[in-house]
Amino acid sequence: MIVASVGNVLVWAVWLGAAFACLGSAVAVVSFTNPFYSALALIGNLGSLAVLYLLLSSEFVAAAQVLVYAGAVMVMFLFVIAYIGPRTESPWTGGPTWQTIGAVLAAGAILVEIVVAIGLKAGGSLSHSHHVDGAFGTPSYIGRLFLTDHLLAFEITSIVLLVAAIGGVILGAHSRTTADEVPSL
Amino acid sequence: MGPGTAWYLAVAGFLFGVGALGVLIRRNPLIVLLSLEIMLNGANLALIAFARHLNNGDGQIFALAVMAVAASEVVVGLGLIVALNRKRVPLDVDRLSSLRG
Repeated sequence: MIVASVGNVLVWAVWLGAAFACLGSAVAVVSFTNPFYSALALIGNLGSLAVLYLLLSSEFVAAAQVLVYAGAVMVMFLFVIAYIGPRTESPWTGGPTWQTIGAVLAAGAILVEIVVAIGLKAGGSLSHSHHVDGAFGTPSYIGRLFLTDHLLAFEITSIVLLVAAIGGVILGAHSRTTADEVPSL
Repeated sequence: MGPGTAWYLAVAGFLFGVGALGVLIRRNPLIVLLSLEIMLNGANLALIAFARHLNNGDGQIFALAVMAVAASEVVVGLGLIVALNRKRVPLDVDRLSSLRG
């Protein structure tokens, strides 16, 4: 019993740390003036989200989050920010315009709508969840789902990635061919 | 027992709201893309919380598909930003108001 309560406190402590790191770094991404610092804050956000995924017993998604996002996507972001040079832009200068006020109101409305939808529609039923078995969220579990029930989604995802890679190459190569006019033979 | 599903959903809703605010008020397209990532991650957290809640792996599959789509979106978005930068177009989404090349 004592062991269970200690584990409970530990889970809550880890959850609180990850959740506040997640929310704080999200606010930091939006409010920093330098895009480089925003990207670094987003890496912290993705890392704390991976901790939350682990608490939800989704080990494979947490590993994929760290590998794909913090590993690949953020490196590309930082590379592009370094390539185009630092451009600081302060979002709060010049007083609030009608655009800023409207944006804050719209974002607040989205947040209130989500919270109300969660609180009113699902109120009591969210407090108790099903018991999950040990294999839930392991790579073999995810792989079996991908190759049996969700084979079409798997294949479509691969086509989407292929098309995005082709689009990236075309976008990157376009201006070079126009600058050189005719390629020499 | 750790925190219930509602706590995770509250974090997910807050992340989505903060990301939406960033997309709406920031003018640098790089930070708009970063805020878009926050919105996608909020949706991912809700999907995974529901997958755990219902003991059903479909939500995790959906979250992995969202991750792949987010990676594709970043490739195309950053390609566009680099192409704009090469053409000496100002990187300001308020001033990118025409589609002429």
